[in-house]
Order: sequence, then C-alpha cells, then structure tokens
Amino acid sequence: MRPTLLLHTLGIALIGLLCAASVVAAAPTGGPGQVKLDRLASLFDAVSFDHAAHVEIAGDCASCHHHTTGDGAGGGRCARCHAQSPKSTVVACRDCHDADPFSAVQLERKADDRWQYHVDKPGLKAAYHWNCLGCHENSGGPTGCEDCHTRNAAGDAFYKSGAFAPKAAASASHH
Amino acid sequence: MSGISRRRFLAGSIAGCAATTLCGTQKALAAGSFTGYPEGMGVLVDLTRCIGCRSCEAACNKEQNLPAPAKPFDDMSVFDERFHGGTQMRRPDENAYTVVNRYEPEGGGKPVYRKVQCNHCNEPACLTSCFVNAYTKTQEGAVVYNPKICVGCRNCMIACPFNIPGYSYSSAFNPVVKKCIFCHETRLKNGRPPACVEICPQQALTFGKRKDMIKIAHQRILNEPGRYVDHLYGEKELGGTGWMYLSSVAFEQVGFDTTTGNEPIIANVKDFLGTVPMVLAIWPALFTGFHLLAKRKDGHGHDDDHAGDHSAAHGEEEDKS
Ligand code: SF4
Ligand code: SF4
Repeated sequence: MRPTLLLHTLGIALIGLLCAASVVAAAPTGGPGQVKLDRLASLFDAVSFDHAAHVEIAGDCASCHHHTTGDGAGGGRCARCHAQSPKSTVVACRDCHDADPFSAVQLERKADDRWQYHVDKPGLKAAYHWNCLGCHENSGGPTGCEDCHTRNAAGDAFYKSGAFAPKAAASASHH
Repeated sequence: MSGISRRRFLAGSIAGCAATTLCGTQKALAAGSFTGYPEGMGVLVDLTRCIGCRSCEAACNKEQNLPAPAKPFDDMSVFDERFHGGTQMRRPDENAYTVVNRYEPEGGGKPVYRKVQCNHCNEPACLTSCFVNAYTKTQEGAVVYNPKICVGCRNCMIACPFNIPGYSYSSAFNPVVKKCIFCHETRLKNGRPPACVEICPQQALTFGKRKDMIKIAHQRILNEPGRYVDHLYGEKELGGTGWMYLSSVAFEQVGFDTTTGNEPIIANVKDFLGTVPMVLAIWPALFTGFHLLAKRKDGHGHDDDHAGDHSAAHGEEEDKS
C-alpha cells in the first residue's frame, strides 16, 4: 500500500525505470546512461530509456527511487513506519515490484503478508507507468502509448491495427 | 428504475406461465439461500487509474477468440460513439465481452474511463432466471454458462440488472447467450488472473480474493480520501458483485445505476421460479412470454446495441465442456 500511495502523491516523481532488463552504458552521475526496457517485448520493441537525461531533469534520485538511493523513505505515509529505516540496498524497481503481481504464488504470499500496507503494492508494469505517465502528464511530456513503445507486428495483430486493421468497408459491401 | 421494471415484469411473466400449467413440484433452488463463495475471486476496478488505452478490450478479444472488431483497438473514436438517439454509450455484446467508455465529469477535469463487463454477481439474476440451468456460479467466483444447454431464450438478458449478456445469432439452431466469463476456462480455474487484468498497464484492475479486494478498496479510500468517492460500488449492490469499483466522481456520473439497492434480484423472482418445473409441457407458454418480454424490452430501449454491425458470420465459441 505505501509505495502505491507514495507514487501517487509524489506528483513530481519521474521515472523509476532502473528496473529494466539491461543497463547499456554508465552515466557520469553514477547511474546508468541508457536502460533497455523489454518487458513488453511480445507486443512492443524494447524501450531505450535515457536515464542520464532524466537524471538531469529530476535532479534528485529519490524523485523516482523511493526507499532506495537518495533520501531514504521520506514523505507522507511511508515515513510513519519507515522514518528510522536505513536506506534500502535495493535500487531496481523489479526487486520490489513484481512482474506477475496476480499470479497464484504472489496472491498466496500477499495473503500471508502481515505488513498489510504492502499488499496493495503496484506490480512492475504499473510502477513504470505510474511513475512515467504521472510526471509526463504534469510536465507536458509525451503520454501516448506509442510515444514510448514502438509496436511490433505481434502488437499490431493484438490491437487489430496497422496491417491487421479490420477491413470494415470490404466486409460491409460483401452482403 | 429499468432494473425494477424488468424485474417485476420477469416475475410477473414467470408467475403467469407457472400458473397456466400448475405444477405441484417445487424445484429445489439452492440459490435462495446462496450468498456467494467466501473464497471466490474478484476484481477491484479503480477508475482513477484507467487511462482508456483499450488494451483490456484487445486482450479479451484474443483470449476469448472473439470476432474481429469493427475498428482497431487503438482507435479512440469509439469513445464518441452513441446509440439509441445519442443516449447510450457502447455496451458489451456477443462480439465484445468488455468495452471501455469515456466520461467527461461535470465541472471539467480529466476524463474518466470505465471498463464494462459482467460483474459476476454473488447472487446472479441471470442464473436465477435461467430455466434450463445453463448458468453456474463457480467456486472461483465466475458466472459461467454452458452453451450446450442454453436454448437462447434470452431470459437472462432481461433479468441482468447490468444489461450484460449478449445474444449470438450466428446459428439459428444453436443461438446462445454470450458474455464475459471471468476467463474461467482458460485462466481463473487454473489460478491465473484474467487476460484483461494481466494486460492493463495501469493496474486499474486489481485481482484477488473478493474479500481482500474489499479490504484493499477501503484502505485506498482511507489513505487518499481526496482521490475517491467514499463508496465501493458492488460491495453491497444487489447482494454484492465480484467486480467492484472505486471512482473519483459520483458513480451516476460515470454510468453506474445507483438505484439498484442492495437486495439481490433473486429475492424478487425466486418464489416464482421455485414453482416452475422443468417440463416440456410449459415451453410453449414460456416462449410466448419470452416473445412478449423481448418486445417489451425493445420498446424500453434496453436491448443490446449491436454497434458496428458485426453481421459477418463469426465462429461459435469453442465448446470446452
Ligand atoms: S475477465 Fe476475461 S472474458 Fe471477462 S472481460 Fe476480462 S478478458 Fe474478457
Ligand atoms: S487496460 Fe487498464 S488502463 Fe487500459 S483501458 Fe483497460 S482498464 Fe483502462
């Protein structure tokens, strides 16, 4: 629950995308320069996330990386429990945000979670999108699906678009 | 309002049919005391998270092998479509078990998107109204139907307070009702989340035990009171539904019927249904009733809108039973 809320209340939050599959190059800040995000590769080409550029924009690691690098668990509801917590050693989104938040295994685990504030923690996909979209909406960044994700042929088939778009006129004249 | 009139009409017509044949046998209806499976699954739909990307519609289309849509799933012009003289937005039908609609909240602000599909009631009116027992409420929480048993009478379409079941005309000999089945066959019963839940980029759809969804929903309201209307739609409505909703704007502004009350529809019809035996002798009478029901329904404008003219023949749903 807490991270969910933190993400939402932090309107300034930028991009917590460190979680990605591979870090391509190091940036002068110590963080990676480019991060390749390919979790949705079945429908979209991998996103090459310019981490370095976003570090410049955000200025502060904690804008995106709550509980990890930066200022620790500050702010709002997180601090109620975590004000005295040491900085987390975890940096990557995927180390906390599950790629399969609703699998039987995860649901079982949540059922046993006595830290009940965490049972509503967003999955990995939501953590990315909330962080990116939340900030892009507030700062005038691009917000369309394909502004970040280039759809591949399988994606076109899935969305019945592009080469797979329905031929409405043709089928109508058929009758 | 429409729910009540439909309900009364349904109850009345069934009573009438039953009276004409006068059967003594009481059909044992477990449904009368049924309050849902406590361990059943549910989905919490958070309208404040949905961005209207329609990925859930695409996922459903693929998972359920539905016919090609009239427009691509990335075509957002569907949000402007209106039916019945401009009053009605898109609704699920036999070719699309779920649709997303866009609402402009009163007083401006960002548009609100709402996904519509079967709500998988704890005490489903469709199930109660079905005289051939084609419907089942599974222990996992899904309301499913057996197309082999369905005789295509469309009683459930009239009984459903949410206007969900669609009707497939694809075969004159096997007309069947079609609707969201919570991905029961391919996913739910194997412990996997529905396809629409899995694809959602925003986690607007949260999947888990229904009782846990209720807790999480109230926790969200508690933690962000400014973000949400203090109500979980579906927790109590009509005896409770498996799919429940949180919203930032009043529910009636985003197409929800807030006049349903908390009594399941079953309470209105079970007495009548309890006297209806499953015998062939009464079928003619029943079908007369159904014909009238259908006509009445059309007159009220509650019929499904077969938007986009899906007139091309489409495949029968695969029979997995
Ligand atoms: S639960 Fe399955 S059948 Fe129902 S709307 Fe979602 S994808 Fe479609
Ligand atoms: S996939 Fe999720 S965000 Fe997209 S329209 Fe469906 S519910 Fe809304």
